[in-house]
Amino acid sequence: MNQFSYVRPSSLKAAVDAVAKDNSARFIAGGTNLLDLMKSGVVIPEKLVDINRLPLKDIQLNGNTLHIGALALNSELAAHELVTTHHPLLAQALLAGASQQLRNMATVGGNMMQRTRCTYFYDTTMPCNKRSPNSGCGAIGGINRMHAIFGASDSCIAVHPSDMCVALAALDATVLVTGPKGNRRIPFTDFHRLPDNTPQLDNNLAKGELITAVEIPANAYTKNVYYLKVRDRASYAFALVSVAAALDISNNMIRSARLAMGGVAHKPWRLYEAEKALAGKAPTEENFRQAAAIALQSAKTYQHNQFKTGLSVNSIQTALLKAASV
Amino acid sequence: MKKQQTGQSMDRVDGRLKVTGGARYFADHHLPDLLYAALVCSPISSGTIKSINTTKALKAPGVADVVSHLNAPPVPGYKNADPGAKDGLKIFKDNRIYSNGQPVAVVLANTLERAVHAASLVEVQYNQETHYTDMNASMDKAFRNNRMKDYVRGDADAWKKAAVTVDATYTIPLEVHNPMELAGIIAHWDTPDTLVLYAKTQGVKNVQDTVKRLFQLPEQNITVHSRFVGGGFGMALRVWPMEVATILAAKKIRKPVKLVITRDQMFTLVGYRPSAIQKLSLGATSDGKLTGITHEAVAVTSPYEDFTEGIVAMSKFMYACPNVNTRYKLVPLNLSTPVWMRGPGEATGAFALESAIDELSYKLNIDPLQLRILNHADTDPEKDLPFSSKYLKEAYELGAEKIGWTNRKAAPRSMQEDGMLVGYGMSSGTFGAFRGRATVSATLKSDGSLILQSAAADIGPGTATAMVQIAADVTGIAPSKIQFMLGESAYPFAPQQGGSSTVSTLGSAVTDACKALQQKLASLAVSNVPAFKNATPETIVFEDGQLLKAGGQEKITYESLLQQQQLPEVNVVATSQSGEERKKYSMYSFSVHFTKVHVHPQTGVVRIKHIVSVADAGTIVNTKTARSQMIGGVVGGIGMALTEEAILDHRFGRFVNNNYADYHVPVNADTPPTNVYFINKKDPYINPMGSKGMGEIALIGFAAAVSNAVYHATGKRVRDLPITPDKVLDEKAAQQWKVENKLNT
Repeated sequence: MNQFSYVRPSSLKAAVDAVAKDNSARFIAGGTNLLDLMKSGVVIPEKLVDINRLPLKDIQLNGNTLHIGALALNSELAAHELVTTHHPLLAQALLAGASQQLRNMATVGGNMMQRTRCTYFYDTTMPCNKRSPNSGCGAIGGINRMHAIFGASDSCIAVHPSDMCVALAALDATVLVTGPKGNRRIPFTDFHRLPDNTPQLDNNLAKGELITAVEIPANAYTKNVYYLKVRDRASYAFALVSVAAALDISNNMIRSARLAMGGVAHKPWRLYEAEKALAGKAPTEENFRQAAAIALQSAKTYQHNQFKTGLSVNSIQTALLKAASV
Repeated sequence: MKKQQTGQSMDRVDGRLKVTGGARYFADHHLPDLLYAALVCSPISSGTIKSINTTKALKAPGVADVVSHLNAPPVPGYKNADPGAKDGLKIFKDNRIYSNGQPVAVVLANTLERAVHAASLVEVQYNQETHYTDMNASMDKAFRNNRMKDYVRGDADAWKKAAVTVDATYTIPLEVHNPMELAGIIAHWDTPDTLVLYAKTQGVKNVQDTVKRLFQLPEQNITVHSRFVGGGFGMALRVWPMEVATILAAKKIRKPVKLVITRDQMFTLVGYRPSAIQKLSLGATSDGKLTGITHEAVAVTSPYEDFTEGIVAMSKFMYACPNVNTRYKLVPLNLSTPVWMRGPGEATGAFALESAIDELSYKLNIDPLQLRILNHADTDPEKDLPFSSKYLKEAYELGAEKIGWTNRKAAPRSMQEDGMLVGYGMSSGTFGAFRGRATVSATLKSDGSLILQSAAADIGPGTATAMVQIAADVTGIAPSKIQFMLGESAYPFAPQQGGSSTVSTLGSAVTDACKALQQKLASLAVSNVPAFKNATPETIVFEDGQLLKAGGQEKITYESLLQQQQLPEVNVVATSQSGEERKKYSMYSFSVHFTKVHVHPQTGVVRIKHIVSVADAGTIVNTKTARSQMIGGVVGGIGMALTEEAILDHRFGRFVNNNYADYHVPVNADTPPTNVYFINKKDPYINPMGSKGMGEIALIGFAAAVSNAVYHATGKRVRDLPITPDKVLDEKAAQQWKVENKLNT
């Protein structure tokens, strides 16, 4: 780890300025990922801008919209009454992530900004286009059991590791950011990027831009929801695949559905086609299976992750069954 | 008589120190002028070091030196260059790289952070050569080692002629011990030829002996401290090359040096359970009598040492079978040397044997428990000796009752609850019940307290606690007045804590030392106390911390005796070891594991719901620490069965999951209620306590109990550990399977 300077601004503007004007400066909140990256020599910032004193911790209803400050802790958010009442899917996803100790440190913004857990990204002796553009992809042709089946490219098949983000993608959240050029809003599903030939870019934030909040609009997904995480260990393990399923069921008919997956792509992966297929159908095992099959049509597997297609179909179906049966 | 102490569930004598942070582990020690070490490790897996440029590192703040093969002091104990000699990695002797992660330099600085940073500035050039880390692709290099000769009893490969056969291949991956405490050492040459070490070790005397040999120093010039150890599981059973490198660095810089390695280095520097491919073949009559067992194993070793263990041991004696043969080969790969990992080879072998027995039971349509009882070995068929004690049948019965084995429906995939497939599985385990040689010093103080000392270790099972209980029963002194001190090389000899032998070996020496102490006190009383004048030492009775004259009313407490004689203390030193009994009896501990699992029919996720483990380990000295030890072994077994696998990228020869997030040690959520039961019957021959070992059998066989339960639940036999969801997932079956009450789950 290199020597670095450390500042702790108390205003948003000072924080944004500190990073916008310094190429090697990084924001730090909970630090649950950045410190690992610094210790591994993957990220070598010369300045850390600690944003923990910024007033971004609020969780409140603005009209019907749930406003979540970027510095709200994962543990706090998972237990918050507004979340458990209005967006139980998000609470479930949060609790599926990491461990209680990590959730006590990790913030909402930091969770969105966490890097992939691809081993080739962390081991600086191995090739990785995300860490070191044009060095090659270690995972293609390497160990890729945990890797993407959707939206990958020849330069990167890494997956985004978050559980929280899968629920936020499903719930049509919006990301609020501020930056040198002012404030803007980014649909959550447009926040993270696919790798294409620029896998070094995880998201669409510009230099110096800072996440200030996430907003979730009111929706009907307050009851029939389920977050299924399939993993090698019962807790504290990244997803082989995960499914966020939300159904609006009325008179034994699905009015609308929201489906997203984790552990399968470079970003939280919305299953739009499957959602469409479910709308207007009865919540039956067969309809769920058909929707799952539709979702997997664009899947592409690698040497060690071929099981993920079958597992995904079964997991989507299982999550939908669980959601429908609440 | 006072309450008997052995058999009680006494709290750990050092429990308070451990939970309050008062226990000092090796890395907690600090010495004046201490330097911190960080390793530079090879990113290549085979080849030579071309050059090492330390210019930048030496200029970094706080850096004192960079030590490598280019400038390390010589190690007098390294034998003359003999490229064929497989006697270990001679660190910093030359520029040869045998495996990825091999240390090539040690950076010394005045803070850990500065040492770590400077290590990243050392520039090393290599000549890379072809490496081999893929076991499957290197089977042509397999060879037989003289330590593990082929074994034949009756006819070899007799299973082939049997009416009913099983012939299957089982594989286990490379597993890493991963104790929570990281490995390392503090080395301090306080004179040019006296060395003080603070070590993480399962045996201070072993460290002393190894260092004595390498540096050719008199034993008394080497002091090793290791009072507390934060878990070992076998990885601390030897002195590792990076520890020798630290001693060398300290010698060169003439200051104390502390090394604590990183989690990823725990995968490459301190051993592992070798991956193994085993072919297990069974033959039986149609009514279930075994007629042939053939066990063939191939396991991994390093280029520079032949590591062998008891992979095929259990198959030779576990079942009454006239025809048994085993073959065991090693494949050298560009990896560091394996080392015993809890349950060592027997755990590897038991997975194959106990899975195959289960497979045979389905072919025969005989309950797997009944099949084992049907082939129970009443005497040891390998050594042709009676067992010193064996209560395996009782253990089978007790375990079956406690798990509810009668609820089990015989057919695979026939049970379900809560939307899950349900499976019951069982297996047996065994490990040699050993007794080594140990010496204990016993000192009775004039205040009536007793101090016992021996150079033993406690890596977690509660060594001192058990020894205090044993000493209390022999002497009648209250446990609160007895102290057992360990972890110092200056104490009398004790062997390493390994092979489930500490209670047997050390407890015998404690017993003998306490008895010798009593004889000394008796002589003292007879010679000097008027009331005992007419007695002979042999007739003195000891009770409740007092000497009683047989048949008389006269008695005297230990402290009164010492005070009357104006003696501050009385000391004896006693050595104890096994005798002729080991030639007359075959000595083993046995365990039985039962599991109930849930398997998710759609995702293949296995969750163990209930565990019953029964140990036939002779007399249990401390039921509380023994139960903890069994549960610990079971958790290790859960890891072996379901989660643990160190994965290599063979293109680079590097591990890709060398951290706690990606190498999955079981967490609490993986660990269901574990019900531990002890047969708790004395072994009449092994040692004075009648205690057999328990640390290994807690794990041995467990993985098969899980894989057998998974088969029972799903009808899918997983012969390749760990049993992760992708191996269980059966799409076709999942589609066919209809979840009952699906809307309620």
